[in-house]
Amino acid sequence: MLEFDSVTKEFRVGAFGRLTITAVDDVSFRIAPGEIVSLIGESGSGKSTIGRMILRLTPATKGTIRFDGVDVSTLGRKELKEYYRHVQGVFQDPFSSFNPVFKADRVFEMLRSQFYPDRSGSEWEDRVAKAVEDVGLNPVQVLNRYPHQLSGGQLQRMLLARALLLDLRLLVADEVISMLDASTRVGVLNLLAELRERGLSILFITHDLALGYYISDRTIILRRGSIVEMGDTRRVFQDPRHPYTQTLLASVPQMEWRWRDRPVSAAVPVDGDGTGDAEPVTVLEEVEPGHWVAVS
Amino acid sequence: MSDTLPRDTTLPAAEGVPAPAAPAPRSRRSEFLYFALRNPKLWIGGLVVLFFAVTAVVGPRLTDYGVQEYVGPPASPPSAEHWFGTTTFGQDVFTQFVHGLGASFIVGLLGGGIAAIVGMTVGFVAGYRGGIVDEVLNVMTNIVLVLPTLAVLIIIAAYLEVRGVVTEAVFIGLTSWPWAARAIRAQTFSLAARDFVDLARLTGVPTRKIILGEIAPNMSSYLFMTFILLFGGAILAAATLDFIGLGPTDGMSLGLMMNNAVLWSALQLGLWWWFVPPGLAIALIVGSLYFMNVGLDEVFNPRLRTT
Repeated sequence: MLEFDSVTKEFRVGAFGRLTITAVDDVSFRIAPGEIVSLIGESGSGKSTIGRMILRLTPATKGTIRFDGVDVSTLGRKELKEYYRHVQGVFQDPFSSFNPVFKADRVFEMLRSQFYPDRSGSEWEDRVAKAVEDVGLNPVQVLNRYPHQLSGGQLQRMLLARALLLDLRLLVADEVISMLDASTRVGVLNLLAELRERGLSILFITHDLALGYYISDRTIILRRGSIVEMGDTRRVFQDPRHPYTQTLLASVPQMEWRWRDRPVSAAVPVDGDGTGDAEPVTVLEEVEPGHWVAVS
Repeated sequence: MSDTLPRDTTLPAAEGVPAPAAPAPRSRRSEFLYFALRNPKLWIGGLVVLFFAVTAVVGPRLTDYGVQEYVGPPASPPSAEHWFGTTTFGQDVFTQFVHGLGASFIVGLLGGGIAAIVGMTVGFVAGYRGGIVDEVLNVMTNIVLVLPTLAVLIIIAAYLEVRGVVTEAVFIGLTSWPWAARAIRAQTFSLAARDFVDLARLTGVPTRKIILGEIAPNMSSYLFMTFILLFGGAILAAATLDFIGLGPTDGMSLGLMMNNAVLWSALQLGLWWWFVPPGLAIALIVGSLYFMNVGLDEVFNPRLRTT
């Protein structure tokens, strides 16, 4: 359904763009219908940039992104709108996703005016109420309220409801639950899993390995803009082949561990700013069916 | 003070929803109106400006004389016949004053309006588009910004044969927008990076609507203040130009009155009624606008509210 074909994204920085930073380096993957793919990487690994490129909020420097075989970057205004009918995004910060000046349910109204201008008022209201109920919210509680009067979990669910009002086929969920507290987290997570049951594909972008494992069918581990390991979630988590993946998995604090008893080791330096040594050029090799690992 | 706050602020007690911090009126508009009406700086300043605006409109109907007409005894002090006295040549000062007042408001509205529109357009586009568009617009803005405005206006004014109030206003408007553009650009930059702008893009909302419907409402107070400051600035710039003799060649303005008064030594001859009204009017109008600006700041910025 979605093909991400050797896509590179470079950002120009400095005066008159003298310097370039490669945020995403020759990344290729596919998302099949009804599949949840988690994109896991630390800050600055380019995972959000990939999501933004799929949503066409940021243009790719090289490579093509195809949806149903059509190059996304060639879409005109009308086609882009049709694309957005099928592909939507939900972002990390629910409070920043709503315009603080307006009531929160304005996101639904915007959707109506752009996608369903011919729907009558009451018919649309019923649909909104149903969508809001579908994501586990009480319409009376959340409609006609300002964003600051609602909780992060409620707002994030409203964004999901908004996406569901369209004929959604792919959802880019960019760190959707990292700003939520533990109690609301699982609720939203289960909601995403439920949506998958209805045939929705989800690109689940996260830095949290546990969340990725919990929800996804396939996992892509991203480091410094390149894919390090990619494959079936169980295989990647149970049999990590790349040293970076192994370190990453080993560095997850477990519920029963205390740092005094069992300090987490870091064999491969965890790079935050990407200023370390240049990575040698790597290619992906298939170590077992559907399980790809970067080798130099 | 708390018992005078609007009572309709409490929300219907919804199940499980924490009550928002009081006071949180039902709509922002009524909240602004509430604080606007209770802000003395705002309404006192507004009343002064309104008074002069009404005078500018009604004034010309109260006088039978022409602006340049020699109608009375020369250099006579205020009297029932000539409310503000007459000039050295016997022209009626009140007539000149009310006409000049009108000219000043035209300059303020037109010059301030043009500057606000150009500044907002440049600022919004540069801030929202970013990249090369921003760099080009930024270079343009900086060029206009470093131009010594008054010198340019003097040169332009000197080359124009016939200068009207409107021409003057247009020139002032076209030279005073850069700081507004820069400030709005910076604000737009930070707002355009917010997720709700991305969400609007994902909804297929066109760029113009995103800027006007999503970004601008978040800085409405700022935009309003920009206009007020540009309005006052245009009146001052026009008065300066008029005073140094580069004002309208036809018509009358407050600056021109002061220019004439100084030219014919009104100061030395003690004809105070010739230059005090225009000077006082300019000072009061611009002062009130700045006063209103401070008041508006308090209305829009909850942290500055005293009540």
